[in-house]
Amino acid sequence: MVHEWALAEAIADYVFKVAPNAKRVRVVVRLGELQAADEEVLKFALEEIMKSEGVECDVALKREDCVLKCRKCGHEWLLKEVGLEEEVREAIHFVPEVVHSYLKCPKCGSRDFEVIKGRGVWVEEVSWE
Amino acid sequence: MIAQGDPRLAVIGRRLARVARVVPVMSSKGGVGKTLLSCLLALALSGRGARVGLLDLDVTNPTAHVVLGADLSKFPEEDRGVVPPLMGGVKFMSVAYYSGENPLPLRGWEIDNVVKEVLAVTIWGDLDFLVIDTPPGIGDEVLDVLSYFPKYEPLVVATPSPLTMASVKRLLKLLTEVVKGESIRVVENMARNDSSVIADLAKELHVKFLGKVRFDEDIDKVVGDVDALKRSRMYGDVSVIAERLLKE
Repeated sequence: MVHEWALAEAIADYVFKVAPNAKRVRVVVRLGELQAADEEVLKFALEEIMKSEGVECDVALKREDCVLKCRKCGHEWLLKEVGLEEEVREAIHFVPEVVHSYLKCPKCGSRDFEVIKGRGVWVEEVSWE
Repeated sequence: MIAQGDPRLAVIGRRLARVARVVPVMSSKGGVGKTLLSCLLALALSGRGARVGLLDLDVTNPTAHVVLGADLSKFPEEDRGVVPPLMGGVKFMSVAYYSGENPLPLRGWEIDNVVKEVLAVTIWGDLDFLVIDTPPGIGDEVLDVLSYFPKYEPLVVATPSPLTMASVKRLLKLLTEVVKGESIRVVENMARNDSSVIADLAKELHVKFLGKVRFDEDIDKVVGDVDALKRSRMYGDVSVIAERLLKE
């Protein structure tokens, strides 16, 4: 089983922490394009983990485009405008910050850029009664 | 009711639940031999039958893989998380598996993100010791260790140089504010004589002096070769430190 399971466990543990006694929850998870977590696997894993703890879980996943901004020249660009080799995509999938090892600002060539949107996994909402 | 946030911090406790002792190897001064000492300590503990993990937390400048001769050509395997590959009997994890030998320039919040990510997805399993190699300074990685690990026993590396002494004193002052003195250990590395200044400093600050590791002029020749490292004089000295750590 791929490492999305570990991310799903993190989301589940977060839910158990904020809503320890809830039996039915709705979880909205934002998935950054940079990490490129597999939506199906993550949803399946999260539902399985919650079910094993006796919690009914309605999962909604929202994909967020990755936007990068150069700290040197201020240029902003989208990740999807850049071609990345499969192996590089996989490295970034595990640790998104290693994008700095493989990308430079397309305008000035600096590696000192920021991921201003679409980095990784973020729980946007946990709601329960 | 509604909540939102970063899920990674919630799972770190689960990842470390079966790790008995966490030993961050620290020194606010660079060049005192933290990485070599971390690697040899992990190997020496493992050589004495302990189940050991080694985490290279020098995020922007990882080099423990160089000491151990780790293969960066393939990613670690996955099994409901990332499984650290075995190097000389030690479960070894580093961001270098993903950044390779490329530069990895990161701002503070990005380093914090790497630390959280690695701690959230690494499956250590049962360990007697998790040794952590940290970078110099008192920056993000060091603060993350102090914040995200539920318990730890810092091992501070010092040399008798006045610059190192001044720097290490500051680190020890910080550590004694957050950890009990008996859980903080100091090791003198690259020792060249019978000087007792480090042992005296440890006594003065009520922390434990664990011993000396003599300067080994041949150690660079065996970097990258675990078997040869285990035959080095430095390994012999570090083994004594490992033995003392095991007995405590």
